[in-house]
Amino acid sequence: MQFEYFISGGDFSKAGQASSQFKKALQQLNVAPQVIKRIVVALYEAEVNIVAHAYKGKISIELQPDLVTMTLTDEGPGIPDIEKAMEIGYSTASSKVREMGFGAGMGLSNIKNNADLLEIISKVGIGTTVKISVNLAKQE
Amino acid sequence: MAVRHFHHALKIRTETCFGCTHCLKVCPTEAIRIRNGKAVLYENRCVDCGECFKACPVQAIYIDQDDFERIHTYEYRIALLPSIFVGQFSRKYDREQIYEAIKAVGFTHICEVEQSTGLLQEQINRYAAENPDKKPLISSFCPAIIRLIQVRFPSLVNNIMLLKPPLDITALYCRKKFTDEGINPARIGVFYITPCAAKIAAIKSPVGEDYSMITGVINMDFLFNRVYRHIKNNQSAEVSGSNEKALSAEAIRWSLTHGESDHFEGRSFAVDEIHNVIDFLEKVENDEIKNVDFLELRACDESCAGGALTTANRFLIAERLRSVKNEDAASAETSGKTIENYRDYLEHRIKIQEIKPRSIMKLDDNIETAMLKMDQVKEIMELLPGTDCGICGSPTCQAFAKDIVQNEADIRQCIFIQKCRENTGEFTSIESLRLMKGIWGEEKF
Repeated sequence: MQFEYFISGGDFSKAGQASSQFKKALQQLNVAPQVIKRIVVALYEAEVNIVAHAYKGKISIELQPDLVTMTLTDEGPGIPDIEKAMEIGYSTASSKVREMGFGAGMGLSNIKNNADLLEIISKVGIGTTVKISVNLAKQE
Repeated sequence: MAVRHFHHALKIRTETCFGCTHCLKVCPTEAIRIRNGKAVLYENRCVDCGECFKACPVQAIYIDQDDFERIHTYEYRIALLPSIFVGQFSRKYDREQIYEAIKAVGFTHICEVEQSTGLLQEQINRYAAENPDKKPLISSFCPAIIRLIQVRFPSLVNNIMLLKPPLDITALYCRKKFTDEGINPARIGVFYITPCAAKIAAIKSPVGEDYSMITGVINMDFLFNRVYRHIKNNQSAEVSGSNEKALSAEAIRWSLTHGESDHFEGRSFAVDEIHNVIDFLEKVENDEIKNVDFLELRACDESCAGGALTTANRFLIAERLRSVKNEDAASAETSGKTIENYRDYLEHRIKIQEIKPRSIMKLDDNIETAMLKMDQVKEIMELLPGTDCGICGSPTCQAFAKDIVQNEADIRQCIFIQKCRENTGEFTSIESLRLMKGIWGEEKF
């Protein structure tokens, strides 16, 4: 099953809408609440990253009965040092973005904590692709 | 915990209901449909919030209370009274006068619900300290909110604090106190005077408890009418003034918005009105709102002052209760003084059992079947007009599409689909009329 959402950079008022919509789909599919929580938190952080840093982006989600793969592709500045960006508290967000309550430097590490698989490919000056996978099987 | 049949205090009087769709539109959990010209309730979806009751223009929705005369089968007839009750009266009637009248209409004792709030407040802060992983902690005060979380926010059920609300603590105390005085428990009747339907449902089929300490429930509007009539007819009656002030100003305000959150040590929010609560919880569930310690969530606007069964304007009720200054009330030390003697007894019984989610959102238990159904919903949505008119008997086009997929509705119930099919000759106007009668009843055509 496919889902697609388009994200425009800089529109913080709408940040989180794609995650919210996808959450509703997962709830209808009877995915375990704690798994939904992990997926939505990871997706929300990645969605906000596009809003905060890129010009525009797209979220493509491939949903299988046992696995969800979310691919977020943006046109933006790219990440020069991915390892550094993964560090807790590291942020390149402008003070303006931080004033809005975003950009605390927790995004990528928060995604990593909630994902079963995280891949980041980035080209400076072109954009970033973040691929997040989460297993749907109930982990109890 | 045993699986129980859900008790709903909200009932539909089918002889009065004329299928006007007011309730259909306001229900926050889409629990109502129109069939045969009448509103019908999906019992597993209803959270007893009372929005339908408030919206009904002909009082076809009622809140089922216990027979008032039943109180007389008990020798000790205790009114478990929330502060909201007093708040309904104009300030020219003082509390003593109101209490005397409650006794005159049949009760022998009055037990104020909020006298346990001081004890509970300490327990809430302790519970928060012991459960740092459960942030934000959600208050267990409002039973409609507990049910809402169970059905719509299943991932947040573990955030509900597993502590009894003041009502249950006080009921426990009240019974214990009387039985300790040597009174046979069978002769004690504890009757809660309820401002809403959700409290009744919580008493009749408790969540996280095996049984309730409360004998019966009397609707607040019913008792208000009896008490007010008595006061009006006995203006000159002497007030004995023997009722001691048992509540502090803080306790009196507990059931109003901010009543709990103001006392919480940490970052807290107080959100009232069920749609506001849904908005807020959506964000909490997505982790968009972070670093919150405590949430006081109430289903009614102005919290219990806005309960479906209160008789006065909710802002006036709140004003009267907020105006009680500390000198008019008991001090923090004397508030709940007698309950203090039972501290150990109550603290040992303050915990409730785990609360289980019961999602109403899933299309199927099996994910593969659910995915198929979701595809079908998507296809149906492309055919529907998206006007959410309710003529099909479902609250929205989306809810209708799900009803079709679950075999609870027929796509031809949509008036737009009917017109299109009549136009292409797939459907006759006789057939379309028959379908409409099925939803709206014979007499409308």
